[in-house]
Formats: sequence, C-alpha cells, structure tokens
Amino acid sequence: MTSPRPDRLPRAGAHRPWTPRPRGTSRPDAAARPHEPDGVRRFSRAETWAHRSLAWLMGVCAVTAAILYLPPLGELVGRRRLVVTVHEWSGIALPLPALLGLASRAFRDDLRRLGRFLPHDWAWLRTAVRRRRREPGLAGKFNAGQKLYAAFTAGFVLVMAGTGLIMWFPRLTPLLWRTGATFVHDWLALLVAAVVAGHVYFAAADPEARRGLRTGRVPRWWAASEHPLWRTEQRPRPVRPRDPGRREPPGGQRELP
Amino acid sequence: MENDTAPGPADGGAPVPYGPRREADDGVPQDTGEPDDRDGTPVGRRLVLGMLGLGAAGVAVGGALQDRIDSVLARVSAKDPVGVTGLLPGGGGFRFYSVSNSVPHRSETDYRLTVGGLVDRPARYRLSDLRALPQTRLVRDVQCVTGWRVPNTAFSGVRLSTLLDAAGVRRPGSAVHFTCFDGVYTESLTLEQARRPDMLVALTMDDRPVTAAHGGPVRLYAAPMYFYKSAKWLSGITVTEQVRPGYWEHYGYDVDGWVGRSNGRHDQPTS
Repeated sequence: MTSPRPDRLPRAGAHRPWTPRPRGTSRPDAAARPHEPDGVRRFSRAETWAHRSLAWLMGVCAVTAAILYLPPLGELVGRRRLVVTVHEWSGIALPLPALLGLASRAFRDDLRRLGRFLPHDWAWLRTAVRRRRREPGLAGKFNAGQKLYAAFTAGFVLVMAGTGLIMWFPRLTPLLWRTGATFVHDWLALLVAAVVAGHVYFAAADPEARRGLRTGRVPRWWAASEHPLWRTEQRPRPVRPRDPGRREPPGGQRELP
Repeated sequence: MENDTAPGPADGGAPVPYGPRREADDGVPQDTGEPDDRDGTPVGRRLVLGMLGLGAAGVAVGGALQDRIDSVLARVSAKDPVGVTGLLPGGGGFRFYSVSNSVPHRSETDYRLTVGGLVDRPARYRLSDLRALPQTRLVRDVQCVTGWRVPNTAFSGVRLSTLLDAAGVRRPGSAVHFTCFDGVYTESLTLEQARRPDMLVALTMDDRPVTAAHGGPVRLYAAPMYFYKSAKWLSGITVTEQVRPGYWEHYGYDVDGWVGRSNGRHDQPTS
C-alpha cells in the first residue's frame, strides 16, 4: 500500500467539498447540496444522547474516584460513604448508554465502523506512531485513533465494572481475587485517567468535532478535511473488487446515514 | 488552519482526488476501491477481548504483583522529595477516610472527653487532664481493611483500661461504645478487648500531637485491629450492657476487627 505524501494530500480548495449523496444516486456531487443546508449529519439523536450520558457518568465516576483516592480531596469533601455509593452506581451504569444505544441502527452502524480497521487506518496509525503526526487524509468517518479509543473505552468500562463489582461485594469472592481486583482497578484507573485526558484534549482542540457530538451535524469543509474517506467508505462496492479472492459480503449497497 | 475557508462550488464531474491509494496527478482515473467496512480487520473486538483477558489475568496475579510494587515503592518513596510516589496505588502512607462532612476541629479549650454509662464515677477530661495521666507508647504497623498498611507508626496516650478503672465499671457493663465529635462516627469494643494493654486513647502520632486530619486532638488507637476500629475525634466513652455495632459495622464490617482474623482478610497481625 502506498501512503500519500504530505504534499499530495487533499487540502481545502485543492479538491471539491464533501457532499453527501442522496440515496440511490451514484454521482457523488449530483444535486446533493440543497438537501443539507446545515452541513452533514454525523450522528443521530440516539448517538449524541449516548455520548452525553456516558460523558456525564464518566465525569461523576472520575470526580468521585479522585475524592476517594487523593487524601487532600478526601479531606475537603469527607462524606466517604456517600462518595463511595455515588462512585459505585455511576460506575456500574457506565455500560448502559452503549447498551441502550444498540437499539439504534445508526449507533450499530457506527459501532461496526469503529470496530473495523481498513488499510488506510493502518497507514494512519503508522504515520501517528512513526512521524508523531495525525494524518486527516487517512481517515474515514472515524480515524484509527478514534477507533482504538472507542475499543479501549469498551474494554476499560467492562474491566473496571468487573473488578469494581468484586470490591463492591467482597463476600462473594476469595481475598486473593479482591486484592487482584484492587490492583487492576487502581492501575487501570491511572491509565484511563491519562487516556481520557487525551480524549478531552483532542476534543478541546476541535470545536467542530464537539459540535458534531452536540448537534449531530458537522460542516462540510470539516468532514472533507478531517474525514475525507468518510464518503468512500459509504460508496457501493466497486465493480472491480480490490481482493478478488474475497467474497462480496451482502449489503454492499449501503445507504447514507 | 488551512481549512477555515469554505470550499468553492462544485465544478462538474472531474474525478475527486480522495483516497489513500490514488495518486492525484498520475492522470489515470482510478477506482479508489475502498472496501466496505465489513471487510476490515476486527481490531476493536480484539482489543476489547485482549483487555478482558489482561484484566482477568491481573485479578489472578495482582495480589502478588502489588506486594512487589509496594516494596519497590516503599524504597523509592523513602528518597522521593516531591511525594509523587504517594499518588501511585500502594504508594504508601495513610489515606484520609472520613464519613463526616468536614474535618472537625477541637482545641485545648473546647475539647472534652466524657466517660459515662454503666460506671460509678462519670468523668470529663480536658486535654491537660489526659496528658497528666500515665502515658503508653506503642510502635506497630497500621493496617487498613481496604488493604494499605503503614509500617512502624508510633502512637502514645492513655490506656483505655486506665480511664475505665478510674470510672469504675458497674455491672452489667460488658462493652464500651465510642462516640466522636464529628457527630457521625461510632465504634465499639467488648470490655475484655477494651482492657487490653494495646488499646489507647491516643494523644500523639509519630511523637507529635495527633493532627485534626488524623483524628486529633484525641483518637482511639486499637492496635491489634483494623484501623476503622481506631475512631478519630474521640469525644465519648460509654460503658454499655451489650456491644452496639459502630458506623462501618452497620455496613458489614466485623465488630471484632482483629487484623488477619476478620473481614475475610489474612493480613499479618499488627499486635
């Protein structure tokens, strides 16, 4: 696979803007614009709701964790039993937004996008690791970093919930498990704090991405510059498959979200 | 940013130069051939399953691992001037636990310790009264029921038995209930436990007056028991007929909180 040289990357003005295709048309730019006056729909209501609920729960979890874990904060707040209770319930509720979100088709579609790595995602990752650079030209609806972050979130929520339950109900498990669970919960919490801080940092640097999660819509120029392959991911299967040995999966003709 | 300007209008049907495999200037219109995203590698699933596996492995070996880390951290934190290691799990030292709303403060002037209940001679002690009584100093490990342990911590103060003898326990008194001036916390011991020589009404910790955050000016120090038994901000000692479970004991902690022999834990005894 050839990765694009930086000087060949799409730049604003150098290529034509992102425009969504009305259902059934194959020409990308044909008469699409009038349908989307406020930019492009990136997330459905269910998705923005799920993200917001998860963010709030995560915030409560992190704040209570800090109070329980850092003595100066604990001294300031006191009320340890209340803080423990809030931490336990907000923690065990963390998987709920995603579980409820599964009822939404748009959520399931995006979940699949997040879970799968395409060739350009590996290229994105290589660029990020080797050249310490985020390469928007190699991003579909989600870039590889976002995909990894989503998977990490799913993983840490499950591990933290599991180890948290072991500590919550200490009589159900042997002591060895409990010290092990405390070990995993404590150290993973530090890693989660660092990674979530990174997530918030990237969000803080990109108001349009935040707007996408707040309103569900993003400007076209943003989609074109940050996620130029978004459209091509949604394009019907090409006539000439890239890998002839592979069978064409059903549902190749995908509709716009 | 180079993308701040809105893009120009569409200009017809020329091929659009998106796509990683397309060379923009090679003159040959190529199909970008983006596969459907179902074809991609299921990296997300693998990462989640991998984390679950690591988490389970961590639960299995974590206890032993944390012991190693504790001993390393103890050595490092001895030479750590900024105290960063104190922020790491098992980084050592006391953790502040309080169930009340804020750290309560009492001083020389307004602190009183009352001894009452089933006794012949109820009493009220000022700090100076307590200091005037025979002092006992103990250096033991402090073990918290949540797992942390602080080695070799010195406490000194008046033996609980001294105060009980001075008050004269009446029958049928067989237990001692402790109340605290935070207004919330309570603790209890049997009379037999309370008369042990390693049960103190502590005035100093590490040879300095007990600070307010650590439960000063006066806290209980129940050396052989988990540290939740050592009530902070002690203000009342009441001899009762039966053991009244304390604050945490209403939430499932053992009333007889011997280190290593209660709460399902097997820590090294502290006394």
